[in-house]
Amino acid sequence: MSSRALLTAVLPLVGALVLTGCGQRYDPQAQAAAEQAPRQSCVDTDGDTIKVGLLNSLSGTMAVSETTVNRSLNMAIDEINADGGVLGKQIEPVTEDGASEPTIFAERAGKLIRQDCVAAVFGGWTSASRKAMLPVFESQDSLLFYPVQYEGLEASPNIFYSGATTNQQIIPALDWMREQGHRKIFLVGSDYVFPRTANRIINAYAEAHDMEIVGEEYVPMGSTEFSTIVNKAMASEADAVFNTLNGDSNVAFFRQYNAVGMDAQSLPVMSVSIAEEEVPGIGVDNLRGQYVAWDYYQTVETPENDAFVADFKRSYGENQVTSDPMEAAYTSVYLWKEMVEEAGSFDVAAVQEAADSGEIAFDAPEGTVTVDGENQHISKTPRIGQIREDGLIDTIWEAPEPVAPDPFLDGYSWAASINGA
Amino acid sequence: MTTTATPPATTTPSTTGARKLPSVAEGPGVWTTGPRGALIGLGIGAVLLLVVAPLTLGGFGLDLLGRYLCMAMVAVGIGLVWGRGGMLAMGQGVYFGLGAYIMAMHMTLADTTLEGESIPTFMRQNGVERLPELWGIVQHPVIAVAAIILVPTAVAGLLGWAIFSRRVKGAYFAILSQALAAAFAVLIIGQPVLTNGSNGLSNFQSLFGWDLDDSGNRLVLFLVVAVILLAMLAVTWQLYRSRFGELLVAVRDQEERVRFLGYDPALIKTVAYMIAALFAAIGGALFVPVVGIISPADIGVVPSIAFLIGVAIGGRATWLGPVLGSIAVSFAGTQLASAFPSAWVYLQGLLFVLVIGFLPGGLASVIGLLRRRRPEGRGGGRGDGSAGAPDEPGDDPQDTTREATEPEAAR
Repeated sequence: MSSRALLTAVLPLVGALVLTGCGQRYDPQAQAAAEQAPRQSCVDTDGDTIKVGLLNSLSGTMAVSETTVNRSLNMAIDEINADGGVLGKQIEPVTEDGASEPTIFAERAGKLIRQDCVAAVFGGWTSASRKAMLPVFESQDSLLFYPVQYEGLEASPNIFYSGATTNQQIIPALDWMREQGHRKIFLVGSDYVFPRTANRIINAYAEAHDMEIVGEEYVPMGSTEFSTIVNKAMASEADAVFNTLNGDSNVAFFRQYNAVGMDAQSLPVMSVSIAEEEVPGIGVDNLRGQYVAWDYYQTVETPENDAFVADFKRSYGENQVTSDPMEAAYTSVYLWKEMVEEAGSFDVAAVQEAADSGEIAFDAPEGTVTVDGENQHISKTPRIGQIREDGLIDTIWEAPEPVAPDPFLDGYSWAASINGA
Repeated sequence: MTTTATPPATTTPSTTGARKLPSVAEGPGVWTTGPRGALIGLGIGAVLLLVVAPLTLGGFGLDLLGRYLCMAMVAVGIGLVWGRGGMLAMGQGVYFGLGAYIMAMHMTLADTTLEGESIPTFMRQNGVERLPELWGIVQHPVIAVAAIILVPTAVAGLLGWAIFSRRVKGAYFAILSQALAAAFAVLIIGQPVLTNGSNGLSNFQSLFGWDLDDSGNRLVLFLVVAVILLAMLAVTWQLYRSRFGELLVAVRDQEERVRFLGYDPALIKTVAYMIAALFAAIGGALFVPVVGIISPADIGVVPSIAFLIGVAIGGRATWLGPVLGSIAVSFAGTQLASAFPSAWVYLQGLLFVLVIGFLPGGLASVIGLLRRRRPEGRGGGRGDGSAGAPDEPGDDPQDTTREATEPEAAR
């Protein structure tokens, strides 16, 4: 009987294979040619509204951070709608939960594009979530606006990166540390792609700039055991620590760091994943005086930022803080609006063409940002910050002018080994 | 516990008295439970999956259903080891991941070759200049497919034999299998040069040369997935009726007695564990082209436990319960998570607790319980026939007592 059952099961398979025996073979050249031709999209541009997707983790480990990004995206949309919308249409956000899992991000991105027919999607946080969504946006030829600083080495025509790439965060931080006379650096990071790539860049930088890496340690994501690493850092001859730890690990790291009597004076720590939001969780007492590198702080003094901070507090509560990824997300909605209005259309190819002009700019809370037509990143102003008593961050150094994005570090001769070219 | 213990108690005398009598289920509706019943069940499944689904669902819906079916393959295997064999396998993500990563490595290499490169982009960005040998092995499609089948099965065979011949069972086995899943995920994350770490492998363009972006090819891919799942169901149906299936249930209920009868329970359990690993690996391997990504987040402890939820809810000891439960939970997950992102996780957990606590036989047992209460019910006259009818493969006289003893075995 089972052979008969198997036969009935296999026959349709054979039939289907015969029917589609001459299916489409994959050919990279034909693929490249096909990308030139516009793919039909199901975006409805006839009504009074235009749909966009908001894809953030509203559950899971990343929910704490990504919920605030979702809020600032909604705030930008509300502002634009109150101001008349985009091309006269009100923006209608469709919210989906990425659930802190790359596979879910990819699936929901597919749903937003193919079922909800959104004109663009805003969201993603971890590199894994972006890498998971990238093929979806490329194969469906849609647009993703990704708001978080990341490890670079990527430039998809279907993604606009409004967070910093490495030459707008890590390299300025290293430049600043070198200026301060730090020569021996101890590296500590969570074990995933951003810290590993960042540390490869730091190693290459150190080699070219007469600095020395005296230790490089990784802990699994979420690890809270740091006594060994803290002791190693103390025993090494390091004069500064470069910290690429993510999330909860920072709490344990700084607690144990302080417990052995080290602080910003004895052995300063430069962190690249701690923003205003994370400070209360780690405890200001553990962080006072330590250094961070971003492109935006709540204390940045521009008229746009005054309005942004005030509006955010009005919408979501007086004790809310604003941070770099939130600002980058807010900015990304306006950049999309500028591109669409420049193009006069919601069509993906037209929007990409408008961005390529290199004239898409926006007076963001962090200062004026410009979209780079080559790599879809934006120019940003790197800032080194120092954590204050009240948990906010003071800018103690900032680049004289916005730095053009260079995700593959082509402009840095010492980085030739990084980009795999 | 108490709720389920009562109904069996009322029917126990009639079934346990005569050991080889046809079970209650076989009495009134032979056509629904015998071979013909199984054929009808498979036939309905085939019509739904191979004809109705492609005609009614759009490309996106079909992709989603394809993913559910891949997860359901893991569920079929869990039904075998947990439901029939009493081994609470909490680490099937390992085998799912092995199959998926072998497939993903092959597909990444194939794309790289088609694009005229020799080393995948992520490796070049990690400073690799020569293709690691582990990758070179799976370059040929035939070897890749063979590896998907052989590697997880062999791993399961070695591990299973080591575990079961030492008579590790119950909670110890559950903890061990879960630790395996955790260790495997950590191993993958810790090898960014070999596996691309927590980012996982994604961005696949082709499968064995076929363009994955082509809607016709995607339809064929879905049909292949559906057919393989149906074939797995046919195999398990036959297994459950075979001497091996009976021995497996016997090992679950009274391992010592089976040993005294001259069988080696470790061998029986190991074989079941290997079959489940093979099903999980095939599910994983098909998951990659269907979903387009595999990352450590899909294979660790949490997804391994998530595989169990559908099986428990559907009815772990039944034939179709695990598959239907798994598909239903996946479907509910997609639908409800969109509407209530944070609530779904709680609801899923609550459902799991309720089913384990009050309905150890799963939802499939509800139909059985109702049927037994009805003196001359003609099997309930269910319309679809696929949900409840063929879920008890005939000759299983211990069916009712099992539900009472099962939690003990699972613990």
